[in-house]
Amino acid sequence: MSLVNITVSSKRFLAVGQSIEHLAIADFKLIIPSNEFVCLVGPSGCGKTTLLNIIAGLDQDFVGEIGVGLSGASFKIGYVFQNPRLLPWRTVRQNIELVQERFQNAYLIDQLLDVMQLTQFQHAYPERLSLGMSRRVALIRAFAVNPDLLLMDEPFVSLDAPTARQVRDLLLVLWQKRPHTVLFVTHDLREAIALADRLVFLSAAPMRVVAEITVPIDRAVRNNEQAIEEFRQQLLDDYPDIKRLL
Amino acid sequence: MPILSLLVLILAWQGLAIYLNSMTFPEPGLVAKVFWRACVTGDLPYHLGMTLLRLMVSFSIAMLLGCAIGIALGCNKKLDAFFDNWLVVFLNVPALVTIILCYVWFGLVESAAILAVVVNKLPNVIVTIREGTRALDQDLMDMARSYRLSKRKVLLEIIWPQLHPFVMGATRSGLALIWKIILVVELLGRSNGMGYQLHLFFQMFDVASILAYTLAFVGVIQLIEILLLKPLDQRALRWRK
Repeated sequence: MSLVNITVSSKRFLAVGQSIEHLAIADFKLIIPSNEFVCLVGPSGCGKTTLLNIIAGLDQDFVGEIGVGLSGASFKIGYVFQNPRLLPWRTVRQNIELVQERFQNAYLIDQLLDVMQLTQFQHAYPERLSLGMSRRVALIRAFAVNPDLLLMDEPFVSLDAPTARQVRDLLLVLWQKRPHTVLFVTHDLREAIALADRLVFLSAAPMRVVAEITVPIDRAVRNNEQAIEEFRQQLLDDYPDIKRLL
Repeated sequence: MPILSLLVLILAWQGLAIYLNSMTFPEPGLVAKVFWRACVTGDLPYHLGMTLLRLMVSFSIAMLLGCAIGIALGCNKKLDAFFDNWLVVFLNVPALVTIILCYVWFGLVESAAILAVVVNKLPNVIVTIREGTRALDQDLMDMARSYRLSKRKVLLEIIWPQLHPFVMGATRSGLALIWKIILVVELLGRSNGMGYQLHLFFQMFDVASILAYTLAFVGVIQLIEILLLKPLDQRALRWRK
């Protein structure tokens, strides 16, 4: 099975106008078994986006190793960025078709558009969409490549609560239809508990793993706010380190 | 409204012509007559056609080369730092100097004429396209890389639409610039084309013909703008709100 094995022993930035290097990530290790939904939770600015960029292969200037998939097998990554990053000069549908490189799967796109309730907007240009709709398109785009690993960088930030909850539910629907490994970055603990199999707590820069906690709540009752709130309280009480972080 | 303003311009011209009553300032009616005669004899279409042909060839070469070099410089900082001074030099060489040098070095031939125009226009295109390349949206480039899009797709779907306004800008300023240079090129070393004709009329003090050719000139440029450039703009910008 495809396992994701992340080791970043150090990642440094040369800060603009300064001669001292900023150490962003140090001794970071994480192993994700296939089809696990992992949430990375940490204070903003701790280096979560940097980590995702390293995993996606966008940033190669680091010390460490990213092992993904079985050697030789093709491994597809879907990336949902903090901003939707749609091409404004292409329609919703063309934006999704764009990433389907070798195979064109119109049926899959139809299905995804249907689940995300965007079928009637598929020929609209992104500038005419609301932010929530754009984020849903970005989500569809990531799913359209049938990813083995889905990277998500605070994809629901700056959405109002009901919209965020709706898109979150749709994400879970899609994920349960076609399970794959997910690495989801957030600083919202409630959101993380609602989504994840496992929570990974991160320290401020230089980023390290502070704690890894499996969420014991059954998937069927994840939409129960009270259960999530109780678990959150218990977490904060049990781990003063985490409380200090967030 | 535009018709009215043009009408006022023609009226002012007519009034001034009557007031001055000079051979060197003919009235609109005479210019129209000369224009018509030149069209019927085929002189004007022939010379205008030659100039347009030179324009098309030199413009295409300058745009293609300029886009390629501009993108390369915009993407590569080291290359850019190295060639930046060259650009400044070429930008500031007077058009007349390149024309004279081209004719001196390569003779009074068609290729020398085309080369002179291209050399004059090229630095301009390069600078504009380089600015456009520098302004490319890094977020979209990262998106393309993370989804492993092919080079062809990145160029056609992501880079080209962003460069389009810059290319259009270079096209407009380029046409205006090349028109002017091409006339000098023809005046100095060609035996046909608008520049050659204007030179002839100048020697005969035939102002009516000069004005007739000028109007034909302005008309063609307007047609290019309305029939070619505007529709291109609209097609490319239809996604905007």
